[in-house]
Amino acid sequence: MKKDLLIALWFTLVTTVMFGILYPLAITGLAQVLFPDRANGQLIERNRKVVGSRIIGQAFSGPGYFHSRPSSAGTGYDPTSSGGSNLGPTNKTLLDRVTADVQKAQAENPSTTVPIDLVTASASGLDPDISPASAEFQIPRIARERHVAESGVRALVARYTQPRQFRILGEPRVNVLQLNLALDSSNPLY
Amino acid sequence: MTANGWFQIGLYLFVIFLVTKPLGVFMTRVFNREKTFLDPILRPVEKLVYRLSGIDEKREMRWTEYAVAMLLFSGVTMALLYLIERTQKWLPFNPQKLGNLEPGLAFGTAASFTTNTNWQAYSGESTMSYFTQMAGLAYHNFVSAAVGIVLSIVVIRGIARKETDKLGNFWVDTTRCLLWVLLPVCLVGSLILVSEGVVENFKPYTTVDLIQPYTTQVTGPDGKTTTQTVTQQVIAQGPVASQEVIKEFGTNGGGFFNANSAHPFENPTPFSNFFEMVLIFAIPSGLTYTLGWMTGSQRHGWAVWAAMAVLFFAGVTTAYWAEAKGNRLLAGTDQGASGLHSGGNMEGKEVRFGIVNSALFSTVTTDASCGAVNGIHDSFTPLGGMVPLINIMLGEVVFGGVGAGLYGIFVFVVLAVFIAGLMVGRTPEYLGKKIESHDVKMAMLAVLILTFTILVFSAIAVVKPYGTSSITNPGPHGLSQILYAYTSSTGNNGSAFAGLNVNTMWYNTTTAVAQLLGRFFMIIPIMAVAGNLAKKKIVPESAGTFPVTGGLFAGLLASTIVIVGALTFFPALSLGPILEHLLMNAGKAF
Repeated sequence: MKKDLLIALWFTLVTTVMFGILYPLAITGLAQVLFPDRANGQLIERNRKVVGSRIIGQAFSGPGYFHSRPSSAGTGYDPTSSGGSNLGPTNKTLLDRVTADVQKAQAENPSTTVPIDLVTASASGLDPDISPASAEFQIPRIARERHVAESGVRALVARYTQPRQFRILGEPRVNVLQLNLALDSSNPLY
Repeated sequence: MTANGWFQIGLYLFVIFLVTKPLGVFMTRVFNREKTFLDPILRPVEKLVYRLSGIDEKREMRWTEYAVAMLLFSGVTMALLYLIERTQKWLPFNPQKLGNLEPGLAFGTAASFTTNTNWQAYSGESTMSYFTQMAGLAYHNFVSAAVGIVLSIVVIRGIARKETDKLGNFWVDTTRCLLWVLLPVCLVGSLILVSEGVVENFKPYTTVDLIQPYTTQVTGPDGKTTTQTVTQQVIAQGPVASQEVIKEFGTNGGGFFNANSAHPFENPTPFSNFFEMVLIFAIPSGLTYTLGWMTGSQRHGWAVWAAMAVLFFAGVTTAYWAEAKGNRLLAGTDQGASGLHSGGNMEGKEVRFGIVNSALFSTVTTDASCGAVNGIHDSFTPLGGMVPLINIMLGEVVFGGVGAGLYGIFVFVVLAVFIAGLMVGRTPEYLGKKIESHDVKMAMLAVLILTFTILVFSAIAVVKPYGTSSITNPGPHGLSQILYAYTSSTGNNGSAFAGLNVNTMWYNTTTAVAQLLGRFFMIIPIMAVAGNLAKKKIVPESAGTFPVTGGLFAGLLASTIVIVGALTFFPALSLGPILEHLLMNAGKAF
């Protein structure tokens, strides 16, 4: 027993150095050489300023931008406080929040049901995507605000719609940040 | 539910089927100390570890010494993690200058990672320094997984060996598991994850200027609400990929970030999601083949695999159906699946995964004792959320945690052959070993400890104010929250109905106790059975032997699991998720 305790102490030390320190350092070295952009969070620059990560959502709420989904991460899309609402399906707080968001959405696009992802909070609170249906729902508003034809906006949405990965996995999706950046450069807000 | 959805589920099960045999054969060779293609590189490292730690690789242990070594190792690593958490402020790799953890949280987290539970009462991105993440948490992901795996190997040896009290050397098995089984897959796997977008760096958090600043209401400590304009976003970084891969492959489940595998930096694409799910089931599935191979009955290994696959499929079908059906209380929303969106209950789910991959992931992570999540289980529909709950209640034996799944199913195998023995009126046999009173008692003890811990803690929590005050979803859902917390802790799963406020004295203490009971008081009786079986003679198979291969046995095994689980937990479930489902359909909210 005493011998095993001594082994336990040394074994812990040796394996901590191997698996707790050398292993992650080796992976980081390889990752930084092989995939520098991905390993550092796919940051996007505009006018030499970092304006976001391609895969972390931002809280767009202005009328001229495609809106992201509701977020429960901090005060909204806060990557230092990721997480979902944790509201249960029969919780009135959830129902009230969704009802309010549905009414807001329908005010700009009356008599249409709202795609479910546009009024529900994501699991991470940082979802970079909306569904193609939610993008389509917002096209009339964007066209109005930016004074362009709906068909032009629709073409842009189509360009930023990602299909299922390898045509099989996951779901089709539209990256909101990239779409809005594209909008800003093709049809700037006045 | 869509054709593509079913195809994704089918593809997943098919890939798991494909990896089972190669991985099972490889693990057999590793633990039998036979030659493998990795020996030229790893054998010198292995010898170095033995020399530095003073391990005699030729010595074999009895089950009691094996258990003592395992407990000592768990104790030492747990103490080291506690120490790191309490001193991280002064340690390197802490660009965010995060402070030391307070004792309660540090202890709870240390217990949780040592038991392979990875229950988290904190947000990783705002609590743990990069050093704590890698040398403390990721390290435990490796060793607690290795401990689980070698214990299952001990059980297999107990069945396979005869008339001996030697079951292997704990240190040798653990070293070989770390070096041969876990390390190679993690080296390749983490780079695959980085190539999909999982971050891996030691940079301070990145501050970005938002395209569109927004205003928000902030309630200060004095209770006053003020309006604040947010112009920047701080993006948390870190060495994520190297931990992410072992988090899944070792069925640990503790997220680098609070949002776990829903976070785009932990799980950025549908492919990374698929890959992570394969990693979760790979070892547990492979071990069924190892069981068959080592005991000389591959057909038995496949029968166990089949029983697991059936229960897996039943679970994922229910979850997928319930989530795709959606929540009828959300009026004015379009929840029908189409080519443009996946519809269904999207609260707490990511668009890139949609309904099917969220339902599938939740089933996989709770069939195994992983506990990683890519969706919010608390926000699932009542029946959709009941699937992960039941999966853990059944003992996480549907493939199960690495090692834990195999020694867990061993308990049910013992019960199944015992029941079959009663039906035909013969002393039950299992692969040539007589299953006697001592073995069945120990197996029942393991089942009862699990049940007792879950139900007694939950029962106290639902009648006492210190239990109920943590509920955040009123109505029957509140019972589900509490039940889930103790089920997940006892089952060493670590996923949660996370709305429940568990960072209280009562919950921190009782969940930590439940985790330790669920881990070690499950392991010890099972090791006792293994030690006892190893001593026995092999009884030659006769016409009266109940076969442990084929469809009949697979069916009996699956039924035993379901019946034991249903008898134990149905009353609690009927007052929680089932009642909530009925009320939801009647249009009732709380």
